Amino acid sequence: MDIVVIGHVDHGKSTLVGRLLADTGSLPEGKLEQVKQACRRNAKPFEYAFLLDALKDEQAQGITIDSARCFFHTAKREYIIIDAPGHIEFLKNMISGAARAEAGLLVIDVAEGVRENSRRHGYLMSMLGIRQIAVCVNKMDLMGYREEAFAAVRDEYGQFLAKIGLEPLAFIPISAREGDNVAHRGEGVPPSNRGQDARDTKATMASPRMAWYAGPTVLDLLDTLQKEPAPVDKPLRLPVQDVYKFTEQGDGRRIVAGRIVTGRLHVGDEVVFLPSAKRSRIQSVEAFPFSTHREAPAGESTGVTLQTQVYVKPGELMVKAGEPQPCSSTKLEANLFWLSPNPMVMGRRYKLKLHAARAAAYLTAVHTIINASNLTTVANRRQIERHDVAHVTLETLKPVTCDPAVEIPQTGRFVIIDEFEIAGGGVILSAEQASNTLVLEHVRQRNQAWVRSRISPRERAARHNQRPALVVICGPQGGDMESLGRAVEEHLHHSGRLAYYLGLSNQLLGLNADLNVLGGREEFLRRLGETAHLFTDAGLIVITTIADLDDFELETLDTLNRPGALVVINVGEVQLSRRQPDLVLDKVDPGALSALHALLQQKQYIQDYQI
Amino acid sequence: MDHLDKLEAQSVYILREAYREFKQLVMLWSIGKDSTVLLWLTRKAFFGHVPLPLLHIDTQYKIPEMIEYRDRLAKQWKLNMIFGRNDQALSARYTFPDGKCTRLQCCAALKSEALKHTLSGEWPRWVLDHRTGQYVKTTGGEPFTGVIVGARADEEGSRSKERYFSPRDRHSDWDVSNQPPELWNQFKTDFAPGTHVRIHPLLDWTELNVWEYIERESIPMVSLYFDQGTGQRYRSLGCWPCTKPVQSTSKNVREIIEELRSGKFANLAERSGRDQDKEDGYGLETLRREGYM
Repeated sequence: MDIVVIGHVDHGKSTLVGRLLADTGSLPEGKLEQVKQACRRNAKPFEYAFLLDALKDEQAQGITIDSARCFFHTAKREYIIIDAPGHIEFLKNMISGAARAEAGLLVIDVAEGVRENSRRHGYLMSMLGIRQIAVCVNKMDLMGYREEAFAAVRDEYGQFLAKIGLEPLAFIPISAREGDNVAHRGEGVPPSNRGQDARDTKATMASPRMAWYAGPTVLDLLDTLQKEPAPVDKPLRLPVQDVYKFTEQGDGRRIVAGRIVTGRLHVGDEVVFLPSAKRSRIQSVEAFPFSTHREAPAGESTGVTLQTQVYVKPGELMVKAGEPQPCSSTKLEANLFWLSPNPMVMGRRYKLKLHAARAAAYLTAVHTIINASNLTTVANRRQIERHDVAHVTLETLKPVTCDPAVEIPQTGRFVIIDEFEIAGGGVILSAEQASNTLVLEHVRQRNQAWVRSRISPRERAARHNQRPALVVICGPQGGDMESLGRAVEEHLHHSGRLAYYLGLSNQLLGLNADLNVLGGREEFLRRLGETAHLFTDAGLIVITTIADLDDFELETLDTLNRPGALVVINVGEVQLSRRQPDLVLDKVDPGALSALHALLQQKQYIQDYQI
Repeated sequence: MDHLDKLEAQSVYILREAYREFKQLVMLWSIGKDSTVLLWLTRKAFFGHVPLPLLHIDTQYKIPEMIEYRDRLAKQWKLNMIFGRNDQALSARYTFPDGKCTRLQCCAALKSEALKHTLSGEWPRWVLDHRTGQYVKTTGGEPFTGVIVGARADEEGSRSKERYFSPRDRHSDWDVSNQPPELWNQFKTDFAPGTHVRIHPLLDWTELNVWEYIERESIPMVSLYFDQGTGQRYRSLGCWPCTKPVQSTSKNVREIIEELRSGKFANLAERSGRDQDKEDGYGLETLRREGYM
């Protein structure tokens, strides 16, 4: 079980963890002595925290910089204790530690009382979805172990937690330095002196210095925490991490791989991939060295083959037909926290990572900003500063499939990437069933403002003896689409048409040379769509090739190119399901060109008077 | 799912993320138990295949059985096997056994430097040719941008603060006080040109978990881990001048597990047989900041 220890800086988190490890005999032999010796050598007083603050900088500054994982076990189970830093500067490290925990111990210094980060950390715990929390009121030795001091902190912090909907399992008065109520009650009573039934005796015996407290010690409390059951009873959610085909190694299987986050799957289940909405049935559950199972539950990293060959992309969500469905949307309402020193602003392009999906995302509305350390809210802000928590609307260029985080947290949480770094994270509150919101809005505005030429499309068509169109040649990678594209351009040119082949490599060298830095196929397609719009507006037949084009990408291109027309030619396996290609070719052969010519003629993009 | 199932599922998930996100991906295989478990997990993740190269840094001071075992498994499992080494330091005899430098300096030269330059492609890589069974020297390789390593958080203080995906700058340095956030199984998979990312799928495993998994999966291990009748065995493998065997009569995996659970090693750190860790208080942190695995 993973437990995180959090709280304000210097309230004694590392000391608590160090003490817990030392008093339960969980330290490697000689470790305590080694740290004590190092302290003597450097003329520093020994602190239990040095057992965890292993980095040079941490010991030099006497603070925890980064979360440490410590392993220990009780008779009941194994634990990983994550000691998180309390300094605001290292909030991102605290979140990294806390996000993987199943329960939290919040430490408050009784002498200092409830501080800013006591509250901020409590708030973030609730946002991270950690429901099991206990509060350790530390440094009781500094207050003479008086109950009133403890009660004051308990009442104040209890009220705060109630406001954010968290009910702590316990408030425990402790002295981590002296060891009271950590692993055992009294001061330094070694476990061996407490006889065989140390556990039972301990539970009934009050701390000699805090006789007024009859609740659990920290160690007792850990063993009472509930392990969250694996979410096998929820609807199936399997984010597709990848699709493997190791043909070169003589393996013909096409395996859809990913980790089941909720639910379970069986051979024969009808499944739907979202957002593409492709359907199939599970043919087999694959495993190495033997495929013996016919089903797999939540938590497993698995792989399945399908009965029909549908073209699935990494990032889609596999769900079961007939179960409650997630939402596919380009518009998400969310709560997010921001960690980057550069504020989150509108109009800037970010990368959103949500389960296995990745999408370009924009901040399009900031509803409120919440100060997590005092719960005050601010409206009418345009950007989100470091350590802010905000209620926002995000819009993505392509749809992502998700659930509200309260229903299925695993498919309702996301992170935002800015400049190669995870800059923030959030939980989805709701998503409207909407597609292409950003592109549609953009094209609406663009077409409204566009000053159309006084030469009408009809006049141009008459002059050029053709109707303009964007001809997209698509299909699986390696289908030699480019040679067909070039051949069509030449053919049209030689028959007197205005045609232009918009080659991928030329685009990457020219207009899109900066995309290596910006990254992203979505941005590449957006520019392609805008370029095509200019060319079709000028009256040209423009030809381009795109491998592995999916329905949404095609929709985006179509929308951007409008009012220009679109012709879709597919080479090889058809990867589109919503729009039928205008022409499907098995491969590029001499017949391909005449088939394409016939199509353009039939659709009256070109009229052939020679025939 | 039991504890080992969960560890396995998480490691497989991490390996698949790495494979999805990094075009130039490599796995460091030290021949030891951890990275061999990692290799086994890779075969699990990719359904019997190992679709990425394995890199071994050969200091020329490795215990001979290690090299023999490496090549045997590489051939049997058809691995894309590469090794790299620091030829300059070796020909100048700038090593601890030659008395020219300290243990830490020796590690830095033969391991960290060799690793850094082999990863970047500046130094030659020796690639196993499966037709001849020989290694072939190659030059001008592409830099690796994703490097999978078998480090575990329980081994030592600085490793307890690692991320699953841990960035290294242009000089392979680890900026330990400024690590990226990592939450909800979303990792740092975006990186600036010239930098690379170390990937640690075994971070949550303990030494005991590793042996329990070796037993469960019947993963072949190099014989050095077992007592061959001398009353000694290796608990951790490295270069022979700096790695000492421990007194132990464990002859098989089962006996090692018992020894770790309740026997003499239940409370003794694994790397206690590694002398280079002891030179300054922060031996491994110093090495790791500068690119050591």
